[in-house]
Amino acid sequence: MIGVKDERIVGTAVPRLEGREKITGQARYVDDMVLPGMLYGATVRSRIPRGKIKKITFGPEINWQEFVIVSAKDIPGKNCVALIEDDQPCLADEFINHPEEPILLLAHEDRHLLPKAVEAVSVEYHPLSAIFTMEESESRSEIIWGANNTFKTILIDKGDVQGVWEKAHYIVEGEYRTGAQEQLYIENNGMIAAFEPQQGLTVWGSLQCPYYVHKALMELCGLPPGRVRVVQMETGGAFGGKEEYPSMIAAHAALLALKSGRPVKIIYDRMEDMAATTKRHPSRTRHRTAVSKDGKILGGTIEFTIDGGAYATLSSVVLSRGAIHAGGPYYWPNVRINAKAVATNAPPHGAFRGFGAPQSIFALERHMDRIAQVVELSPIEIRRRNFLKPGQTTTTGQAVSEPIDLGRLLDRALELSNYSAKKDEFARQNQNGNCKRGIGIASFLHGAGFTGAGERYLSSVVEVEACEDGGVRVLVSSAEFGQGTKTILCQIAAEALGLRYEDVRFAQPDTQEVPNSGPTVASRTAMVVGKLVQSAAIGIRQTLRASGLLGESYSAEEFRIACRKYVAAHGKLRSLARYEQPEDIVWNEEKYRGSAYAAFSWAVYIAAVTVDLTTYSVSVDDFVALQEVGRVLHPVLAKGQIIGGVAQAIGFALYERVVWDNGRMQNAQMTNYIMPTSADLPPIRVYFEEMGNVHGAFGAKGIGELPMDGPAPAIVSAVGDALRTFFNSIPLLPEDIFDAIAGKGENAEHAGSARGNP
Amino acid sequence: MSESPDESSKWEITLTVNGKRVTVQAYAMERLLDVVRNDLGLKGTKEGCGEGECGSCSVLMDGVLVNSCLIPVLQAKDSTIITIEGVQADGRAPVVQQAFLEYGGAQCGICTPGMILAACHLLQKKPQPTIEEIREGLSGNLCRCTGYLQIIEAVKEAARRGAAT
Ligand code: FES
Ligand code: FES
Repeated sequence: MIGVKDERIVGTAVPRLEGREKITGQARYVDDMVLPGMLYGATVRSRIPRGKIKKITFGPEINWQEFVIVSAKDIPGKNCVALIEDDQPCLADEFINHPEEPILLLAHEDRHLLPKAVEAVSVEYHPLSAIFTMEESESRSEIIWGANNTFKTILIDKGDVQGVWEKAHYIVEGEYRTGAQEQLYIENNGMIAAFEPQQGLTVWGSLQCPYYVHKALMELCGLPPGRVRVVQMETGGAFGGKEEYPSMIAAHAALLALKSGRPVKIIYDRMEDMAATTKRHPSRTRHRTAVSKDGKILGGTIEFTIDGGAYATLSSVVLSRGAIHAGGPYYWPNVRINAKAVATNAPPHGAFRGFGAPQSIFALERHMDRIAQVVELSPIEIRRRNFLKPGQTTTTGQAVSEPIDLGRLLDRALELSNYSAKKDEFARQNQNGNCKRGIGIASFLHGAGFTGAGERYLSSVVEVEACEDGGVRVLVSSAEFGQGTKTILCQIAAEALGLRYEDVRFAQPDTQEVPNSGPTVASRTAMVVGKLVQSAAIGIRQTLRASGLLGESYSAEEFRIACRKYVAAHGKLRSLARYEQPEDIVWNEEKYRGSAYAAFSWAVYIAAVTVDLTTYSVSVDDFVALQEVGRVLHPVLAKGQIIGGVAQAIGFALYERVVWDNGRMQNAQMTNYIMPTSADLPPIRVYFEEMGNVHGAFGAKGIGELPMDGPAPAIVSAVGDALRTFFNSIPLLPEDIFDAIAGKGENAEHAGSARGNP
Repeated sequence: MSESPDESSKWEITLTVNGKRVTVQAYAMERLLDVVRNDLGLKGTKEGCGEGECGSCSVLMDGVLVNSCLIPVLQAKDSTIITIEGVQADGRAPVVQQAFLEYGGAQCGICTPGMILAACHLLQKKPQPTIEEIREGLSGNLCRCTGYLQIIEAVKEAARRGAAT
């Protein structure tokens, strides 16, 4: 293991930094904030999926004089939500490309008057034909985006796939699908904006990435960086759902504030949040794999397609992570992965924990089970024979440099779940009765940090400050939204400086105060930002030593005194650390070859389920989550990340279906979009192996997204085991199971066709 | 404040909130949630769905756990309300809160006030609940972050430490 042996704070369960405020109800979220003279804003949205705006009329029943009304004409800068491409307007001006697209903004001081006013605006359209499925988009019957409805294509090509088919003893094919999923953070999206001629524009909000919002507002309002300020309030869950869309809401609040000269608050209600904001990309994956007689993968093709919705937003990056994870933790001597993100007339799909990987890993893990059936090996054995080993290369040609032993991880998971005994027991029990039990497995990996050269482009900066009172402050734009960002970064600083955890504070993410440590996404906070906090902290100590105020060894009290003296003599002491890409991380963006991630986390999950054949409902009875995530910085928070991720993934697999009607979510309510409750979840047994990682602070790697990847395929595998049926799509609800058993479902169509070479 | 479009006049409504008698002017159909948050400034009670599904707006009304987004304030007339800000007066709350802190019961914290009230309410009825009873007892409060297990552990631990006495 890497790291200091005598760590005192890292690895211990210190109290969550902002925990006390949260348990007493004192934590302040954006909707808890009220500014003097504040107005409330609301959004008029399109009712149609695609068309041209003909006319907007304001109904006579409303006294419009009282309202602030903003249209695209009021935008001072560029009418777009700046992100990767500038294709998404902040307010539709002429064309509508999806249901719920924002057209007009209204504000009033009485929020009760807004719903009626929104209703009273009628928009007439010239409708245009719209497309709603990936297949329609691919057929190009209508071109709705760019030249060919395609946001991005990626090709990963390793070895010689052409040559593998004739060497194959088996060729196994399959097609797999995953549905859209709503993040369903319990705090809806919200923003407050205020404009002061002297200071410029300030927004406070529920968000993950202060500097994304900052950039979007600069372009929209035509303001220089110093005149835009973004402050993150306590954020009530995000899961990716507050990565890109907050820029849109901040833009809307800002436009209303600019026009009215008063602060404006926009808080979505649940229905608006669910219907209008981003969800997980639906996906379709096609596998064709050449397999040797003894079950070794010789090579294959993988076609990975995601539905991006109407605008480009983050789809290209989601696609990239999905494509890179499509080969999983297995060795592919030859592979060709063709990935593409296509446009449909639905609200744009976006970031959600896992970011493309849960989709492609679901497909691959189902396909591994499929291969096992064809080759007549167990799901365990097929995985064991194909696991990546140190020194072998991933699909992008990245050599596995970590000393990971997946076979051992697998053995341990089998033992913890009592796999073989259960397998026998279930087979016996299933001969009778209406309850069928099954057990399923998934093994997988998740890359930590931005893909490829992403971290180099981000070039994140953090600062650590020695304060007047002798304490230390961490300054980053990395946001806390439940994961424990504040806690772990303060642990790291305290550990690095030999201080107590209580001596370190965390500055509220505020672009006027904190440097850009990058977005709070991609399981990068512990590994990338944590490492920078560690270096910046060490910089403080070096300065204090160089100025003769601190000795070689010191007590916490001596450190405080040194800080105080330094600040009194020289003023503010801030130490800055900037990300530098390690030399062994080389990535070729054009060829998609090289080190996709600085480190991977690895896992084997095993689920046991019962399917009740009177109700067709599935209950997960036991869940073993075993993972290697490097150094566990905080045992309680880490376990909480895993359990929370597994719970969301159980929802993804068994509960959560977005019902679409012409591109609009029909079930945009918690009453009919069902997430798991405390009564639904099994014991989730969490185990960590710690291997250490040279790139992260004290050996930490990424943790937040990993648990979203494996549960769905493990559970669906278990359901298949119970019913002796092969399922290839999620969500898998009771009606889908019923249909499959009744023989009319598509979900259980014989997903693969297989050919044995004579 | 402007007139509500569907209710022409405001009512004078008296209720006891966290031990204090208060009188508010409110439309009859105004939600107890809005009165608590906006008129009384008690921001610890949260809105997650506004449709009675998530429990983040939970308060205790005459000792019963209710979703304040579903209660028209007129219905709360003369009642006794306890919100997260007043729950400390109840001896079991600090034990429950401490256990939430230690066991990871709060992540983003948005469900936490409601969850703590629900836990206190459960422990009042069942001082030593089984895991099954905790799961059932909290099932009206949704949490998207924790997967509930650490909340359940926290409640179990609070019971062990005698939160119910
Ligand atoms: S806000 Fe009241 S139950 Fe969700
Ligand atoms: S802690 Fe975030 S919803 Fe419960």
